[in-house]
Amino acid sequence: MNIAQIFEQLDTLHMERRRFVKGIAAGTALLGLGGISTRLHAAEEIPANPGMPVLQGKKFTLSMAPQQVNFTGKVRTATAVNGSVPGPILRWREGDRVSLKVTNHLAESSSIHWHGIILPNAMDGVPGITFPGIEPGESYHYAFDVRQSGTYWYHSHSGFQEQTGLYGPIIIDPLEPEPFSYDRDYVVMLSDWSDENPNDLYAHLKKMAGYYNFAERTSADLIRDIKKKGLSRTVNDRSMWNIMRMSDRDISDVTGYTYTYLMNGQTPAAGWTGLFKKGEKVRLRIINGSAMSFFDVRIPGLKMRVVAADGQNIEPVTVDEFRIGVAETYDVIVEPESERAYAVFAQAIDRTGYALGTLTPDVSLRAEVPDFDPYPILTMTDMGMDMNNMAGMHDMKSMKGMKGMPEMDTMSGMKGMNHSGSTMAGMPMKTEQPMPMRGAAGTGSDTPVVHAKTEFGPHVDMRAMSPKYRLDDPGVGLRDNGRRVLTYADLRNLYPTPDSREPGREIQLHLTGNMARYMWSINGIKYADAKPIELTYGERVRITFVNDTMMNHPMHLHGMWSDLETGDGRRIPRKHTVVVQPGSKISYLVTADAMGGWAYHCHLLYHMLAMFRKVVVSK
Amino acid sequence: MKKYITVLACSLFLSSPAWSGEMIDDPLLSMVIVDQLEVQVGDGDDPLVWEAEGWLGYDLNKLWLKTDGEYLDGRIEDVEVQALYSRAIAPFWDVQIGWRGDLRPQPERNWLALGVKGLAPYFFDVDAAVFIGESGQTAARLQAEYEIMFTRKLILVPDVEVNFHGRDDEELGIGSGLSDIEAGLRLRYEIRREFAPYVGITWKHLYGDTADFAEAEGEDRDDVRFVIGLRAWF
Repeated sequence: MNIAQIFEQLDTLHMERRRFVKGIAAGTALLGLGGISTRLHAAEEIPANPGMPVLQGKKFTLSMAPQQVNFTGKVRTATAVNGSVPGPILRWREGDRVSLKVTNHLAESSSIHWHGIILPNAMDGVPGITFPGIEPGESYHYAFDVRQSGTYWYHSHSGFQEQTGLYGPIIIDPLEPEPFSYDRDYVVMLSDWSDENPNDLYAHLKKMAGYYNFAERTSADLIRDIKKKGLSRTVNDRSMWNIMRMSDRDISDVTGYTYTYLMNGQTPAAGWTGLFKKGEKVRLRIINGSAMSFFDVRIPGLKMRVVAADGQNIEPVTVDEFRIGVAETYDVIVEPESERAYAVFAQAIDRTGYALGTLTPDVSLRAEVPDFDPYPILTMTDMGMDMNNMAGMHDMKSMKGMKGMPEMDTMSGMKGMNHSGSTMAGMPMKTEQPMPMRGAAGTGSDTPVVHAKTEFGPHVDMRAMSPKYRLDDPGVGLRDNGRRVLTYADLRNLYPTPDSREPGREIQLHLTGNMARYMWSINGIKYADAKPIELTYGERVRITFVNDTMMNHPMHLHGMWSDLETGDGRRIPRKHTVVVQPGSKISYLVTADAMGGWAYHCHLLYHMLAMFRKVVVSK
Repeated sequence: MKKYITVLACSLFLSSPAWSGEMIDDPLLSMVIVDQLEVQVGDGDDPLVWEAEGWLGYDLNKLWLKTDGEYLDGRIEDVEVQALYSRAIAPFWDVQIGWRGDLRPQPERNWLALGVKGLAPYFFDVDAAVFIGESGQTAARLQAEYEIMFTRKLILVPDVEVNFHGRDDEELGIGSGLSDIEAGLRLRYEIRREFAPYVGITWKHLYGDTADFAEAEGEDRDDVRFVIGLRAWF
């Protein structure tokens, strides 16, 4: 055994305990009274681990209160809704006026935001922007017309309460029959639980940004790389990362080191269970209610037909796997053909843990849990580097240019270059594709990327040199994995684009930060120092995000839809949360049809405090 | 000199925490890092040696405290303390300005400290400073450290410290020019992030007049010691 193998074995030894935190098999404080009643087979519905209770109707009484929970063997106090973590499933009906009396029995101010729901400003539930929050002992009466259908969720918008359990699913049944059929209907809500106090968690990240990352490169990796690639390639490949003082193993800020990943409030050991009969169509409403975790979801042995994204129907796409960003939802339909159990496997993007459930014809059957995929490694693409340039670039002279990260002006001439000839590993483009024409509604922005002056300073550690639209890139860790993985390029609205106007103007927003200092901002300006973004009522505006960091940021605009430009102006899909991949660019159109001040932010809980803007729509 | 510390501390907290509604993105935090707390074993005495630092403040502005020293036979033989205002000037760099006091051995020496601390390319931790003493004495110090991760928990840390002085300070046995170089190699095992026992070796070499002063006192210009200690932070 050589030294590299010894080190690797040692690492496996100490990591194993951490990586397989599956939680305990029972003992959560759920007061589950019944599963989601299937619309067609309600009578037969007695799942083993039913998940959250369901509240249905027009009038709801919700109570936020401390709740003892035990996910890991240790008793902790969660912030629960009606005694349940996640909170109860709220089932509304399109066209109804719902009324929700929310009472705060916590010791601190609280709130509930209805994520993805189009509603009057005062009902949005964001303290300091749309209302003052709900003080301890007080109630707030939410009432609004439900004008949409699909799968959504709700969560606290106060402090770190979302991390400690204050979230739950929303299902809205449509007025019109749905354009797809199914026999069973299950919510699959993914979340991340930590026994740590979220304030301590945030402090850890500020003190040592890599606190939860145990995937850094070691001597064993070095020895293996040198053996495989030779010394000079190894040195070259690493030099950019070394010069930039960044890590290509930096996937998630918070990992399975502290998180236990939950599916419908069940640990992997306990396992949520959904029943089916052979040949039935099962609808799964997958909601990522995590504070910080992206998941890659698949059900080995089953194809998933994706029928809705963020609650909105899309042209169905059949995939093996999809990545779900924090706050996104996807509805999929699966058709199990055999009398066996299937694992609903949602591995965290950094492969440090997973949420797990079972679809089974029989409660006693259990599915085999798949292995983790390899640890994802960031590439130059994820740093917003130009791949054409990089391909032949291995000398230090050209590397120097990167240190200073020249202004984008000098790079804008490259817009429109195609990617042919690039053979770098990890490139998402499988075939030679001409770059589509940009500019028209639905196709994306054709304006040059410009880094503002405010992006320079100790608070920003990188700027993407050549950010590209990467709609067809499944993302780090999913590229070329042999499975059909959903990408944003697959998303086409099932219905014609509701507002087909060309955008009147464009707002370019850069997602910025300093990983090591754990500081986040937009255009280099954090929320506390930022002016609101002003929109004129009725206008159609394009928002283009440039991600100048190496993290995924799920950006969520309150009050209005984000019409994601995936290529076809006639079928623009509507989303409420849009993942901006590391080093990439993405655009969407917004119709400013909702008066007032709205929150606009990264939905990663510990980024949100600073990577946040107020959007004001006025006449 | 100590008045300056108070002034620095006060000016630091004039920059109030950032409020965004009820979200504080940049809370007041503090950190204590005991980088080295070790017994050194070599020829002669086996002192307990420490090197620690800590901060209180916000993302970009902090009050830093640094100390190192030596404890032997019930008394502190050697102790240096620094209190510094630290301000971020680049993504990976802070400038630090403040007071340094060499409290033991006597006589006490007070300095104005001016330095940069941060992470250099290739992940070298660097702390470089110049010092201006009350009597017009000058000094410069360069410290650098690197972490070699054998595994994610077993980490080898080579470090080096070089000291220069502007002129002789016979009372304290310091000579002008390059005074000393100290290099160490410590292998630590992180039981958890915050807590790591280690073993290592440290080598110190004295130069120029500093070496001559030491030899006149019957000490060697070369000193190699084995160390066993603990690294901790919170």
